Amino acid sequence: MTRKRRRLMILALALLGLGTATALTLSAFRDNIVFFYSPSDLAAKPPGGRTVRIGGLVEAGSLKREGGMTVTFQVTDTARSLPVTYTGILPDLFREGQGVVAEGKLGADGVFTATELLAKHDEKYMPPDVADALKRAGHPGKPGDAPVAAGEEHQTSTLRTNP
Amino acid sequence: MHRFANPARFLRIANAVLPWAAGLSAVCFAAGLYLGLLVSPPDYQQGDTVRIMYIHVPAAWMGMFTYSTMAVAAAAALVWKHPLAEVYAKAAAPLGAGFTALCLLTGSLWGAPMWGTWWVWDARLTSVLVLFFLYLGYMALVDAFDDPARGNKAGNILLLVGAVNVPIIKFSVEWWNTLHQPASVFRLGGPTIAASMLWPLLLMAVAFQSYFFAVVILRIRAGLAARRVQTLRLGQAN
Repeated sequence: MTRKRRRLMILALALLGLGTATALTLSAFRDNIVFFYSPSDLAAKPPGGRTVRIGGLVEAGSLKREGGMTVTFQVTDTARSLPVTYTGILPDLFREGQGVVAEGKLGADGVFTATELLAKHDEKYMPPDVADALKRAGHPGKPGDAPVAAGEEHQTSTLRTNP
Repeated sequence: MHRFANPARFLRIANAVLPWAAGLSAVCFAAGLYLGLLVSPPDYQQGDTVRIMYIHVPAAWMGMFTYSTMAVAAAAALVWKHPLAEVYAKAAAPLGAGFTALCLLTGSLWGAPMWGTWWVWDARLTSVLVLFFLYLGYMALVDAFDDPARGNKAGNILLLVGAVNVPIIKFSVEWWNTLHQPASVFRLGGPTIAASMLWPLLLMAVAFQSYFFAVVILRIRAGLAARRVQTLRLGQAN
């Protein structure tokens, strides 16, 4: 019994140490693990000439087609927004009010020039008629904002950034 | 737990469970695939592409479930020397690797039309890839020793070390900005998925789970038989 107890203690201590080490490593590398920065992150820590990814929602009403395959829009995290310009084919899910991740460089004029655009969707799944009904019922914003489960916060998780 | 340590008693129970698990799996796969692929509505954003979910999500759950049970078995083997734990871990490993591979594959097929990319190195996708490699590494390691007892011990330690990856997979979408969206079913505040899509998904989850039980019982049976053959051979040689 005592040998089992001792083995159990050693195992528990080893796992505790391993867990702590992992947690410390991951929090130290946080900046490298995040897939994209929010406009607020970018304002707090300017990337200079580096290629970075930014993410947020395509601000409603900000999408403009500049002729050819070039579009401009604002990416927002509700606190701050950033003008983005992109030339190329847009992903299927790209639309106003929807999440987006753009890779590119921030120009000196404050405009982000994207070379690659990825669409990001939120964790809500529903049939089209339910989405329409929620929209008609006067839920604010896009249908994606409408909660399926009761008592849910309105903010979409696409916006969720690091605390 | 040691009540089931006796292989004969375990086999008696397992043999009784096996036909039920296999039957349940067949029924749930039929119903889940029919409801998921034909009856359930398309998604308001993603259209019919959302049907990949009915394979992708249960496969991901099973990849994590299988690894978690293998890690518990590894602890039981190291601490309590439970005789069946190592047989279980070895039997479950290829199944877990298969589920994880299916999850990665379907995820890639889903990402291409929806996100606009087959693969990105975000925290969720990368941690699931690490899980897949942990399965492969475990399977290679346990068979890399002449003495099976040493191989099992090394494998058990690898399983326990890799267990830190499981919570990282689960919470990666909350701790860091990822391209992958957060959880839709197992989350605080209830599922964010319409009931007409949730039911087929849960049916498919039961189908995957019972499939796993049926096949893992078969594989444990084979593993125990192989062990007995080995013991008999050793007895003859002496």
